[in-house]
Amino acid sequence: MTALIDMRDIHKRFGGTVALDGASLTIAPGEVHALIGQNGAGKSTLIKVLTGVYTPTSGQILLDGEPVAFSGPRRAQQAGVATIYQELNLVPLRSVTENMMMGFEPLHWWGGIDWPQAHRRARTVFEELGLDIDVRRPLSEYSTAIQQLVAIGRAVSQQVRLVIMDEPTSSLDEREVQRLFEVIRLLKSQGTSVLFVSHFLEELYAVCDCATIMRNGATVEQRTLSETPRLELVASMLGRKTSDIQASGTTSFREMELDTDETLLEVESLATDKGLRGASLEVHQGEMVGLGGLLGAGRSELARALFGLDRSTRGSMRLAGQRYAPRHSRDAIAAGVALLSEDRKVEGIIPEMSVRENMTLPLLGTLSRRGVIQRRRERELAAHFIEALKIKTASMEQPIGQLSGGNQQKVLLARWLATQPRLLILDEPTRGVDIGAKREIQRIVQDYQAQGGAVLMISSEFEELAEGAQRVVIMHEGHSTRVLDNPGLSEDALVTAIATAQHDRADGAARDDERSPATATDHQETAP
Amino acid sequence: MTSLHSSRQATPRSASPRWRQAMPVNPRSLALLVALLALILFNVAITPNFLEWQTLSVNVSQVSTIAIVAIGMTLVIATGGIDLSVGAVMALAGALAPLIFLSEFGQQAPLAMTLVAIVVALAVAVACGLFNGVLVSRFGVQPIIATLVLFISGRGLAQVLTNGNLQTFDNPAFEFLGAGRLLGLPFQGWLVVVIALVVAWVIARTRYGRYLLATGGNPQAARMAGVPVTRVKLAAYTSCALLAGLAGLITVAINSASDAAKNGNLMELDAIAAAVVGGALLKGGKAPIAGVILGAAIIQLVRYTLLANGVADEVALVVKAAIIVLAVYLQTPRGAH
Repeated sequence: MTALIDMRDIHKRFGGTVALDGASLTIAPGEVHALIGQNGAGKSTLIKVLTGVYTPTSGQILLDGEPVAFSGPRRAQQAGVATIYQELNLVPLRSVTENMMMGFEPLHWWGGIDWPQAHRRARTVFEELGLDIDVRRPLSEYSTAIQQLVAIGRAVSQQVRLVIMDEPTSSLDEREVQRLFEVIRLLKSQGTSVLFVSHFLEELYAVCDCATIMRNGATVEQRTLSETPRLELVASMLGRKTSDIQASGTTSFREMELDTDETLLEVESLATDKGLRGASLEVHQGEMVGLGGLLGAGRSELARALFGLDRSTRGSMRLAGQRYAPRHSRDAIAAGVALLSEDRKVEGIIPEMSVRENMTLPLLGTLSRRGVIQRRRERELAAHFIEALKIKTASMEQPIGQLSGGNQQKVLLARWLATQPRLLILDEPTRGVDIGAKREIQRIVQDYQAQGGAVLMISSEFEELAEGAQRVVIMHEGHSTRVLDNPGLSEDALVTAIATAQHDRADGAARDDERSPATATDHQETAP
Repeated sequence: MTSLHSSRQATPRSASPRWRQAMPVNPRSLALLVALLALILFNVAITPNFLEWQTLSVNVSQVSTIAIVAIGMTLVIATGGIDLSVGAVMALAGALAPLIFLSEFGQQAPLAMTLVAIVVALAVAVACGLFNGVLVSRFGVQPIIATLVLFISGRGLAQVLTNGNLQTFDNPAFEFLGAGRLLGLPFQGWLVVVIALVVAWVIARTRYGRYLLATGGNPQAARMAGVPVTRVKLAAYTSCALLAGLAGLITVAINSASDAAKNGNLMELDAIAAAVVGGALLKGGKAPIAGVILGAAIIQLVRYTLLANGVADEVALVVKAAIIVLAVYLQTPRGAH
């Protein structure tokens, strides 16, 4: 059988940098194909070459055995290759139909858009995808997951033969991921191929047939997933032997025996009007406390309140025994609290500023004298952290926007470590970074803890929490509901705790406050 | 010879690698410099009497106000904002100063009161900037709307203060601002050099400069990193208004007369044009002072070229528009890098 797509020995250079160095990719019709590799391995570049965003320096692309060269994404789309990007390229305020049909609207003979037909077509597509939505409503009224399905619907409505999904699940919750998988299986059953890029191995095994593994701009190998153990896949991605990985252990946030009883942070019945209703917890020095819960449980909201971004409306915080009530992030930083935010692009990096400038931003106060930046000290600091955290960058002057996700995250981690915080709050620190970077980030956090730093970590990966945290506080609908202690903390226990929190809630919302130790004082405080 | 004047200001960014190690030669400043040189050569070839001291003086004197206002505008644009009120602030400051030194008090102690007049006029300009800044940074009003308030009312106020009359005066001390000379060149030209160097230094070397670019580059991330975004914006709008006030005084001094209806009219457009041609991004995060000075010089020289060769001012406006379109085109990211 002729492959649908056959990319052979693709090379791509940007000036002096080699982005692709002999990459290849073969996708059969009706196949769900995973493209994996660490950040910077060349996955995105390969996709952009395939869709005509970039022209390859050398190499050949065959579609149904015929050589092709798309001059741009639109040409690729016309040939049946559609891409769903990480950031959706949709127009939020226009209707679902408009977003779906844009550029391909059915027209009247006189050139006007045939709206009834457009809506009808859009509805048909969504019915096929098992989605019942009003196609006339603006897109922005729907969740990210549905918006993503609209993007897929847009692709499907144009007779595609290959749908490329770049990190489609990074902003979806569990149920939405399952729905996406159903759609992918549906596409497969219709003979459409899917190229799936993701960092989550579970997802790959759940939905993909085979995987192409890339490393340093080249294709290492192609494997059939059902015949490949997970460890081998990871080893191939990292370019190591499986035995090495087993030796170093896959668990990275090691348990640490700590006998320090010094309480660093005490939070009591903290509430904001942004979705935090009553959270209590304690963090001791040198300890990692995890926050568990589903999306929207109030974990990020608690982090925001601790960092002075949302004003507390109730409850109290104490930091190292002192009353702590930050009104701005500046107050929090001055008090020794740091927050590595969940949304790296929006709340983290300043894309056009250099690695150095991004790193030292919160530190400029101490790095300058009478308002003038002491550049030698600044450079020394940046150089130190680039080396210590093994940040891969051409130089400290490279704009941070040009780095891979994992390295951007390391720069931001360096930004906060450089402020020498007493409490480091990490919100999904390893989301969207590859396994190599993930492990390094975990090691860096561990070192920081070993030096007595305290960590409050939000993670949707139960494994990460179960392995790293001394205690995990479970949150549900803005309340802290219970605390699980390590040792004795397993992924199962976490899942059960989170699941029963949900269950309890369903039993009777009115009893919620009584159950949680966190909100025991709520009754007095809400009384007046 | 005009090139001498401009290229010297280009040094902070284009020629000295120590200022910006990431870009040893800023391609944009270089392109602007080439464009300016081409314009000069073109003039040498066709414009009569171009290579005369007089020509340089006239051009420097006329470009100075644009350049000064454009520097302030660049600071505001760097935060991702815009200031439409600069022309009105020029009119207000320009109307106030003569009112003070022409008053009875002013006649009794001319020199002291001239100084007081300048200080008061600039203080009022600063107040205008604070007003803009507070609206934008504290109350979150869209910059274009916030500064529209003073754009409309500022000039009106200036005309009310002067009863709509032209104020003429004879005050040598004050006129030095516009007609004075240092080393044969207009005083305000030197003022531009000093202001440009100071502002470029502030942007490249100080904490404030870094905060300014961070605020424009990604306001949310900047705030999360502890940058006092509100104060940074406030300072940008205030500096912009202060510089506009200064430009207003210079215009009045050049003419030995204050006309509230004409002073700084359409200056906001010239300043924005100079900033955009010079490489400032309207979405914020960039403040290329050297480029902006070159931008102002190019706009001025194009206008001069056309006028000196008998092309009507109305046509010159069209050419100016074409230059802005070209600059915006060059600024728009296209396709892949």
